[in-house]
Amino acid sequence: MSSEPRPEDLKNLAARLYKARGGQDTGPFVKGLKGEDPPNNSLGMALRTGVELVSALAVGTAIGWGLDYWLGTAPWLMLMFILFGGVAGIFNVYKMASGMAGGVGFRPLAGSETRDAGIDEDNRDQGSDRE
Amino acid sequence: MENHGPLAQFEIKRWIPLKIGDLDVSFTNSSAFMVLAVACICLFLFVGMRRRALVPGRWQSMVEMSYLFVANLVRDTVGPGGRPYFPFIFTVFMFVLFGNMLGMVPYAFTFTSHIVVTFAMAVTVFAGVTIIAIAKHGLRFFSFFVPPGVHWVMWPLLIPIEVISYLSRPISLSVRLFANMLAGHTLLKVFAGFVISLGLFGVAPLAFVVALTGLEFVIAFLQAFVFTILTCLYLNDALHLH
Repeated sequence: MSSEPRPEDLKNLAARLYKARGGQDTGPFVKGLKGEDPPNNSLGMALRTGVELVSALAVGTAIGWGLDYWLGTAPWLMLMFILFGGVAGIFNVYKMASGMAGGVGFRPLAGSETRDAGIDEDNRDQGSDRE
Repeated sequence: MENHGPLAQFEIKRWIPLKIGDLDVSFTNSSAFMVLAVACICLFLFVGMRRRALVPGRWQSMVEMSYLFVANLVRDTVGPGGRPYFPFIFTVFMFVLFGNMLGMVPYAFTFTSHIVVTFAMAVTVFAGVTIIAIAKHGLRFFSFFVPPGVHWVMWPLLIPIEVISYLSRPISLSVRLFANMLAGHTLLKVFAGFVISLGLFGVAPLAFVVALTGLEFVIAFLQAFVFTILTCLYLNDALHLH
């Protein structure tokens, strides 16, 4: 079936649509959601903070325990990774609070710049005359 | 003691016991409600779009709204590069939403209130996103864990932290959905239990339960939305690696 749209076609279609729209998305929902965190009331925020803290700690502890089990160094690696996990948890909360929710590290959440870069990444070679 | 405690609603019941070797693959009430959710989604989408009218009716416009909602979400958080993944994200959204909403029907079972279910979904998302990132960026994916603008002396300290932070994603994703559904439904049941035992004063908890039911509907939608938007954010990280 030649009419079946393949991912490459979809990619090109996206770029063409984007171009046709004058380089900006116009849609009914664009304003409310752009580059934002999930909407949160304070209770949800509090719950999320707790979950982030505990989940990172749990992962850290699990990794430490696993490594100890594997290398026979109990309990030192677990102690170390509990610390790492705690730090990662606090780090997660910090990232969440400063609006870098999805990202790992001190990178800003995908704003409009990265969104543009997303297209360019695929079509960089042929798409440089786009602007 | 009759079986009406606040946690009895989360009990798994084997409807059709099945075994493959030592593996228990019984068809449970949880599986039944998952099938029901999928059936409801198909019914909603197919019946809603049956007429394909230019001016949509009520059902069709609901279907179109849910489509647009997710499509805009994907476009706003992932950008145009996320378009090939739209079907998956739409499926995830509808499945979680219908799971949560079916759970609001009295006597129904809420399969999203079980961490096995939410964790399996979160791990699927996490594994898929990681595979996409590695397939797209190759070894450059691992630069993701190196914080930019940090002296290399700090790397041995920061890289494990970043890796843990990354690995904690499926846990926080699944726990959030599961905890919200579990806590909400338990709370409803506990307060509903007060209504009879307080006699005439039971009017107060009854009013509270009514209000809480409304809140639960909001949470049912919001948690489906949060699950979806976080999936999109993770996908965005995988595609663009900032």
